[in-house]
Amino acid sequence: MSTTSIHVELWQVAASLALVALAAAISFWQRADLERDIAVATARSIVQLTLVGYAIKLIFEADTIWLVFLLLAVMVFFGAITARHRADKVPGSFGPLLIALALAGAGTLGLVVALGIFDPTPRYLVPVGGMVIGNAMTASAVALNRLGDEMADARARIEATLALGATAREAAAPTVRRALRSGMIALVDSTKTTGLIFFPGTMVGMLLAGASPTDAVRLQLILLYTLLGSVSISALTATLLAYRNFFTPAAQLREP
Amino acid sequence: MLFELRDVGLDRGGRSVLESFGAEIPAGATAIVGPSGAGKSTLLRLLNRLADPDRGAISYRGRPLDSYEPLALRREVSLVPQLPALLEGTVESNLRYAADLAGERLDVEGTLARAGLDPSFAERDVTKLSVGEQQRAMLARALAQRPAVLLLDEPTSALDHAARDAIEATLAQLRRESDLSIVLVSHDPEQARRLGDRVLEMP
Repeated sequence: MSTTSIHVELWQVAASLALVALAAAISFWQRADLERDIAVATARSIVQLTLVGYAIKLIFEADTIWLVFLLLAVMVFFGAITARHRADKVPGSFGPLLIALALAGAGTLGLVVALGIFDPTPRYLVPVGGMVIGNAMTASAVALNRLGDEMADARARIEATLALGATAREAAAPTVRRALRSGMIALVDSTKTTGLIFFPGTMVGMLLAGASPTDAVRLQLILLYTLLGSVSISALTATLLAYRNFFTPAAQLREP
Repeated sequence: MLFELRDVGLDRGGRSVLESFGAEIPAGATAIVGPSGAGKSTLLRLLNRLADPDRGAISYRGRPLDSYEPLALRREVSLVPQLPALLEGTVESNLRYAADLAGERLDVEGTLARAGLDPSFAERDVTKLSVGEQQRAMLARALAQRPAVLLLDEPTSALDHAARDAIEATLAQLRRESDLSIVLVSHDPEQARRLGDRVLEMP
């Protein structure tokens, strides 16, 4: 793959803030009441990305795999905390989310390294791990959010199924299926339209950095398929672990 | 004695739903009446362990209820809830689901007939049924498990007079042709007298 790189000056970043100002102006003009959120988001993105940039620089220079694991573990932890807010109707969602993100990260990174697609070095594992865990977080948050809504809507049907002597798993199966589907569908859909309606981030980044279009496309395809794997592992793990929290050991629905 | 309840109490959301309730329910048909909020539906859910009491003791055929495996108990003591809640699909697929859970061979026509439905209902999509038909399909689904006890929660609450009379006739017929025990909750004392060998009043 090409190793071409570009240099971005600080004034260029500062100039791009003009578009943030435009977003805030639109919000103010249309009373969307998002100016404060836009300001917070902008400030957070500067601080967080700068810190992560230094952390990545440190990890690249140290060149040890343990620091990579530590960074990914931190991402999994904060990812689970963030996803928990979206899954507020699911009791005890933190544990399932933590396990889901850890499995998705370890499973997909382990597989791409085992298949020889990427070398087990910080230069590959850090950015790919970040994408994998980020997408796994979104997918499992969406899946558990849907699970919480569906369990509330389907209470009568689930209890009627339990009344026939079905296990909790059998009674919750249609609900779990729908939750899993909604966690995965966004990425499946965007994979279908990729290149037609939008250019995915990796490809854009590589083209900007001067890589050949062939390399950019190939790497983008690898990442898309890796993300599909990660999203399915995380949504499946999170829903299969979390639905149990709605039931008692005697297969009774817990009170909401 | 089918069921014995002693000093049974249950709280939900910090509120007492059932307090110091005691009763004996023998085999046969027992109708439970009482004002709304008396805990009638809760009582039925306790009898097949969809909920467990916070206080007191319940026994079934002389054994503590909580010594029964809940899934096996629910196939033997089958609850038909007040609101129909069938699974997506046809009436037959619902009956088959229930029969498979109970490990029973399914006689589709016979089961439908026992619930007062003609054979054409087997292929009907459950979303295309009227509420009365759905309630009969729920009854048929419970019967597909060949339970020993049927717990019926307001089986005619959402129905007009004609549909109510038809369900009552079906239940009377069921009682005559099998040794099925029925515990039925009703807000209507007249219906309780028509369907129950005895009437149990909840305060």
